[in-house]
Amino acid sequence: MSTRKDRVALPPVNAQKTNMTCHFCIVGCGYHVYKWPENREGGRAPHQNALGLDFRKQLPPLQVVMTPAMTNVITDSNGRSHNIMIVPDKNCVVNQGLSSTRGGQLASYMYTSTGVGQNRLKEPRFFTGDQWLDTTWDQALAIYAGVTKRILDKDGPNGLMFNCFDHGGAGGGFENTWGTGKLMFTALQTPMVRIHNRPAYNSECHATRDMGVGELNNAYEDAELADCIMGIGANQYETQTNYFLTHWLPNLQGATVDKKKKWFPGETAGPAKIIFVDPRRTPTIAVAEHAAGKENVLHLDIHPGTDIALFDGLFTYIVEQGWIDKDFIAKHTNGFDEAVKANKTSLAECSRITGVSVDKLKQAAEWAYKPKASERLKRTMHGYEKGIIWGNDNYLIQSALLDLVLATHNVGRRGTGAVRMGGHQEGYTRPPYPGDKKIYIDQEIIQGRGQMLTSWGCNNFQTTLNAEAYREVIHRRSNMVKEAMAKARGATTEQLIDVIYEATKKGGLYVTVIDLYPVMFADAAHMQLPAAHPGEMNLTSMNGERRLRLSERFMDPPGSAKPDCLIAADIANALKRLYEAEGNSKMAARFAGFDWKNEEDAFNDGFRRAGRPGAPPIDSQGGDTGYLATYVLLRQAGNNGVQLPIKEVKNGKLIGTEMLYTDNKFSTADGKAKFLPAPWPGLPKPVQAQKDKHRFWINNGRVNEVWQTGYHNKYDHFVRDRYPMAIIEMNPDDASSLGIVSGDIVEVHNDYGSTYAMAYLERDIKPNQTFMQFGWYNGIVGDVVTEWTDRNVIPYYKGTWASIRKIGGAKDWQQTMSFKRRRWS
Amino acid sequence: MTNKISRRSFLKLSGGMAAGAGVMVAGVGAAQAAQGEVGRATLPYPAKTIAKAKNLKSNVPVSFQYPDAASPCVLVKMGSPVPGGVGPYQDIVAYSVLCTHMGCQVSYDTGTRAFKCPCHFSLFDAEKTGQMITGQATENLPQIMLEYNAKDDSVRAVAVNGLIYGRQSNIL
Repeated sequence: MSTRKDRVALPPVNAQKTNMTCHFCIVGCGYHVYKWPENREGGRAPHQNALGLDFRKQLPPLQVVMTPAMTNVITDSNGRSHNIMIVPDKNCVVNQGLSSTRGGQLASYMYTSTGVGQNRLKEPRFFTGDQWLDTTWDQALAIYAGVTKRILDKDGPNGLMFNCFDHGGAGGGFENTWGTGKLMFTALQTPMVRIHNRPAYNSECHATRDMGVGELNNAYEDAELADCIMGIGANQYETQTNYFLTHWLPNLQGATVDKKKKWFPGETAGPAKIIFVDPRRTPTIAVAEHAAGKENVLHLDIHPGTDIALFDGLFTYIVEQGWIDKDFIAKHTNGFDEAVKANKTSLAECSRITGVSVDKLKQAAEWAYKPKASERLKRTMHGYEKGIIWGNDNYLIQSALLDLVLATHNVGRRGTGAVRMGGHQEGYTRPPYPGDKKIYIDQEIIQGRGQMLTSWGCNNFQTTLNAEAYREVIHRRSNMVKEAMAKARGATTEQLIDVIYEATKKGGLYVTVIDLYPVMFADAAHMQLPAAHPGEMNLTSMNGERRLRLSERFMDPPGSAKPDCLIAADIANALKRLYEAEGNSKMAARFAGFDWKNEEDAFNDGFRRAGRPGAPPIDSQGGDTGYLATYVLLRQAGNNGVQLPIKEVKNGKLIGTEMLYTDNKFSTADGKAKFLPAPWPGLPKPVQAQKDKHRFWINNGRVNEVWQTGYHNKYDHFVRDRYPMAIIEMNPDDASSLGIVSGDIVEVHNDYGSTYAMAYLERDIKPNQTFMQFGWYNGIVGDVVTEWTDRNVIPYYKGTWASIRKIGGAKDWQQTMSFKRRRWS
Repeated sequence: MTNKISRRSFLKLSGGMAAGAGVMVAGVGAAQAAQGEVGRATLPYPAKTIAKAKNLKSNVPVSFQYPDAASPCVLVKMGSPVPGGVGPYQDIVAYSVLCTHMGCQVSYDTGTRAFKCPCHFSLFDAEKTGQMITGQATENLPQIMLEYNAKDDSVRAVAVNGLIYGRQSNIL
């Protein structure tokens, strides 16, 4: 068979067709999954294939995205093989037929015994002390539940630690956050839980929530209606691709002017201006300048970590100019005067701290906030992400930004919004967290606390801060258990539980990984449990405009893998049986309520029960109208789903909420939004100490082709050949001074640790600054990130300084990999 | 300086296909190909002469159509050896210029020696077998497999590695 990948099989007209929301970023593009028997294909005439396209001749551009990566041959557990094709849905309002380089790979990443998925976990795996062996769910659960019970009974729940997802999309979803949450918080009642991307159980948006403004408050359509968009600490083309391409660009190019005139009669309307706040000239900025014209793009290239001073300066200036909504401030907010006083920063001072000229600052203020010719307030949308969330410092930056937003009433009006751009999709439904403070879990583990750690749908070896120290401790503590187990040859399950428990009492840590693949964290594990992902289970999530969709199951998970919610139920039920066996009905009752047959049962138990009479307290993004969403109605709603919160069901259709706060009633006790003081604090001490000692700022973040830790991508030659190692963008003159050329492996090191990366010279990177690919398996930037966090235990991942030295040239990669500029020029 | 490309590197770039274009045996005639061949495991690509190597100028793109008139392609002599390059200097390569994402026609940029897609801003490296530099495609640019005949200095297209946009099969 040819390996040229120069033909695909077309879905016949009778192919099974189901809905799938892409699970690789917050945007959640709609796709259709076609499935049909392996030995069949549709014809080329439009009436002979399910796409309805005429493949007897060359299709014109923009008709379809249909690539070999969008096809696969899968085999269900009954042994029957099927072709699948997963293509973007033209009728989905989110992506309108577009696919990104990530979502375009959905089919490739479904399980097959030969493709990317061949690396999946298929059965529970047990580390005997010196080797990994497949085992049964019964054996795995007996050990997991046995050790858990021993710790719970003898030492209490604080010995049970979890690193666990809390989001939507793959490795998440309302079903799975509920299943895991109910296990951790209701049954085990442990507070020792951290979230996938941060070392405590906390929010990424404490400040904006304290101010009464939920962080996903507008619709994607509002980006089409804005007079000005401010994109802050985000790189939209690479990280929220089809939101940017489908909804931002048309506005920048003037394609939505007529729509604006229709929506806002009497207001002047033109193509939007765009302001980027980012120390780095990102690929998005290059695309925007090309597509919208440089005269419509303003780049505020602030010094790293000076966002607070920027927003304080703009806030002070627009208050002085009177470009604020005094009526709105008076009627619907508190704390304005205090914030004006606390944040007071002249433009000259702002310029000195941020490095941005006073002229540029004035230009930004005029674009975003100076009233329009029609004497109406500008409609400016603010979209921010990890530059702020992982910035200096999270709480104060959000306070400073939202002060500016509230003063100009850029929330709750169409065409505005102060929103996260988002990483994953969302999908939070859990019982309340059983603790009254935020616990820095990584530090607890480093300091020797905790006896059992479950890493669930995340891989903190590749993503956490101070990662080298973290890995070192976990390996050492895990090895104490491994050594004890290795000595217990021929032990029964009961004896093994004793051995493991005794080892944990001496400082050992028993580690379980629940995931799709044997991820890097499994290097330290004693047990792995195989999970399922969208397509192999029904799964609901909401995107960055709170759009809830159901991704439908269309195939079986590999081996005996199962959805996380059902794994949680298995664990709970195993513990329940153990307590029942010893007649402890009180403890058995804590583990009741997990009698779920499938993921829909978990959805009904959590998302649909929140706020209902007789239900326990449930924190749910569906609010107390989530019960209106049934699988049946969501299936009918297809890839357009419904925007939460749901208002009603009308004629069998779910009716949702496009924008929040249009009634000026905010999420505070008195309904008024709250200004918060946000004085500029300078850099945190540990960060400043690294800056004083080391030459390079190590900025870091995602690259376009890689999703998260690359758990699928690392096995995909299209991505792996592009990025065989984490790249580090460097200024060419800096590189030259160190004898470094593109493709060289370099060591990035500071007082916290050391990692390797591949140099990628880029002239848009300023001297003494760099940008390193985050989360990749080969080169881990977290190794050099300081342990500093803000008051809510939110890290400053973006803020560390390090030295760089050349290791040598990677000749093979230099021959095979492109080092051309990743920016449009 | 000659920058020799290792066979292993080239095979990696070409997605593991069995034969590098530079070592391909003579192709079949168009008429013969159209009828198909007994036992053939690949699509019946025609062979088509594109140019004489001596007439090509470095970094000057040459447009042609392959495997049929509806499929625009570009051939470029890069001026130094590149993976998959043919000719006396192993520097001649050719690609389909329909972006693999949504079929917009990519343009060859002589400054960067990359192909640029105007629709969704994907970039492909002409010197690295069409590798996507950045962008929204899921496939590199389809590479036209070339064959060089030293006897008459001809460069012929003989196959395509990768699916051309807007087709179920590269051969209509």
